[in-house]
Amino acid sequence: MSQGAPRAVVLSGGLAFEREVSLRSGRRVVEALRHAGVETSVADADANLLSTLAADPADALFIALHGAAGEDGSLRRVLELAGIPYVGTPADRCRIAWDKPSAKAAVRATGHLTPDWVALPHSTFRELGAGAILDLMVARLGLPLLIKPAQGGSALGVERIGAAPDLPSAMVSCFAYGDTVLIERFIAGVEVAVSVLDAADGPQALPAVEIVPASGVFDYAARYTAGMTAYHTPARLEAEVSARVGQLAVEVHRALGLRDLSRTDAIVDADGGVHFLEVNVSPGMTETSLLPMSVVAAGLDLGRTLRGMVAAAASRGTIVTTV
Amino acid sequence: MTASEIRALFAVVSRPEVVSLAGGMPAVTALPLDSVGSMIGALVSRLGAQALQYGSGQGDERLREQILQVMALEGITDASADEVVVTVGSQQGLDLLARVFLDPGDVILAESPSYVGALGTFQAAQAHVVHVDMDESGLVPEALAAALAGLAAQGRQAKFLYTVPNFHNPAGVTLSEPRREQILALAEAYDLLVIEDNPYGLLGFEHEPLRALRARNAERVIYLGSFSKTFAPGLRVGWVCAPHAVRDKLVLASEAQVLCPPALSQLVVAEYLDSQPWFEQVKVFRELYHERRDATLEALTALMPADVTWTRPEGGFYVWVTLPEGLDAKAMQPRAVHARVAYVPGIGFYADGQGARHLRLSYCFPDPDRIREGVRRLAGVVEEELELRATFLGSSDERAVRRDASAPQGSAPGEVSSRTRGGQPHGQADTPGPDLP
Repeated sequence: MSQGAPRAVVLSGGLAFEREVSLRSGRRVVEALRHAGVETSVADADANLLSTLAADPADALFIALHGAAGEDGSLRRVLELAGIPYVGTPADRCRIAWDKPSAKAAVRATGHLTPDWVALPHSTFRELGAGAILDLMVARLGLPLLIKPAQGGSALGVERIGAAPDLPSAMVSCFAYGDTVLIERFIAGVEVAVSVLDAADGPQALPAVEIVPASGVFDYAARYTAGMTAYHTPARLEAEVSARVGQLAVEVHRALGLRDLSRTDAIVDADGGVHFLEVNVSPGMTETSLLPMSVVAAGLDLGRTLRGMVAAAASRGTIVTTV
Repeated sequence: MTASEIRALFAVVSRPEVVSLAGGMPAVTALPLDSVGSMIGALVSRLGAQALQYGSGQGDERLREQILQVMALEGITDASADEVVVTVGSQQGLDLLARVFLDPGDVILAESPSYVGALGTFQAAQAHVVHVDMDESGLVPEALAAALAGLAAQGRQAKFLYTVPNFHNPAGVTLSEPRREQILALAEAYDLLVIEDNPYGLLGFEHEPLRALRARNAERVIYLGSFSKTFAPGLRVGWVCAPHAVRDKLVLASEAQVLCPPALSQLVVAEYLDSQPWFEQVKVFRELYHERRDATLEALTALMPADVTWTRPEGGFYVWVTLPEGLDAKAMQPRAVHARVAYVPGIGFYADGQGARHLRLSYCFPDPDRIREGVRRLAGVVEEELELRATFLGSSDERAVRRDASAPQGSAPGEVSSRTRGGQPHGQADTPGPDLP
């Protein structure tokens, strides 16, 4: 690490569907870090990245990439090979968090609730017959159902299905985002997002954000259009429920081996049951994103918080990895 | 998929890995940039005090005189410089016309499909757009007659007909010579104002420009022109040619918006027209776009699955593609982005929710090799989408059109079948009446 203020490079952009969100996250992170006195530049994840980083090494990278390369571990693996320190979860742990069915299975294994689900690739439907499989799903999971790509974020491709005849078309639309679709039992309740930050004494949950989309569905537009969703931070939950929500997020962070920061999305049902939906290793950092809201609600300064993460990553030093 | 999701997907288009057949960006690198640069430098040195100052709200007089010569190339020989209002691109001209003519709830007629930028302007004016069918010969007179009669039966009258007669955006087709007369005859019969938007008229590949509608009727036609495609869109110089009474209102509205069009841009265009071989450059553009059009059509013919059809433009920038029954170009877009190819889903070119099966391809910007690669990728995307649809919906299952069940299916102007290699186009001429709220 260099003397004085750390130097950071923020990675944003990329080629995933969430490029626009990533660029917005990147701008916000750069602004916050600079405000906190961190010399910060920005880079896209393209063919020039490694040569740029080699020519002008930073103390650490902050990955504000959303979607595939930024969250599935692939880019982080390359950074590890190059020995470049970065903020966030190591590559091998990202793979489980990134794949929603894998993450749900891992969290269920810890004893937490998660909506029942089935995840299948297109090839299975093609080979065994889509109609019979879809009928089976409706019979086992009931209606309504949530259809979502097994990988990916920002609710792109997510659709709530209330009637079985709408299912085939929704499957066609969802498969446009990826090869595997996750079909999940819909749980009605209060939607919350809980951010977790690593502190000196272990991961700490920040105040949960309660999400109330005006349209009733927290889809892409509701996430990234100011005014389309009401947020309550902290969430309007009873203290005991709120504590269990935070506990879930911390245990997910621990169980999946996440590092520095994560955001767990969950539903609190009418009986107070907390259901894990998914976890994000590269949470959105835009003006309408949830982690920055939680940071502010916790009485923290976003810039100083991010600066602490950059410093922690830098202090871990050059990554030494086996191949 | 919402509009914001579509915008998000377009963010990826700027990356070089993606072949963009989406945007209609002119090939400005084909301009003699050194000459243009020297010309602009000398212009500022010589006329800087004028070029960097406010100017007339109606536009530079010298440029307005030159615009008359440009319009004469398409048969408009009776206009005066006094009728010309220079605008910040023809898009500002459209906006001015909407401000002058439209009140909330007014009905206007437009081709089906229509230019997305015009639809946005009309939507902002809270006008109701009634689409009128077109085929391979442009706007269908019988469909226009039916729309006008339908409105008359309801005691309503359209404020105007908005039309792009040459190398239509997005459909690529051109209004035929006989239909020009038929459309104008209908306009006379129904006392209908016509707005003729003609940015591409000089960019034909196969014949000299057809006489403009404005050349045939000076009282009933308001003409929009642009230097964006014949010179440079970055200068933002267009114009409106309108009868005097309308002209005065346009100038007042323009002064309220922008005081005056940019003096520097106007002088650059004027100097370019005076001192550079500008029409030779138009011929260079024609050849360039002609080659790219050919590459697009050849690749579509060679690579697209059966039942995909498209128009055959004789000029301009665009090919309009119709997907097989049940496919949705907007829903298919994430797969296309993943395959690193971009297009514009057809739904944006309709004010009433039509267009799911259509998409617009622009061949103006990528070179022929990139176009072929883009079409190859797109063909793969369509194949995969067809396979998915077969898995979940069967090859002819009506459920495939669930999302569009409440909207009429868009007609397909001048379709050319993928199986009629170089064959003649066949059009559809459904003539539904207007669909008013």
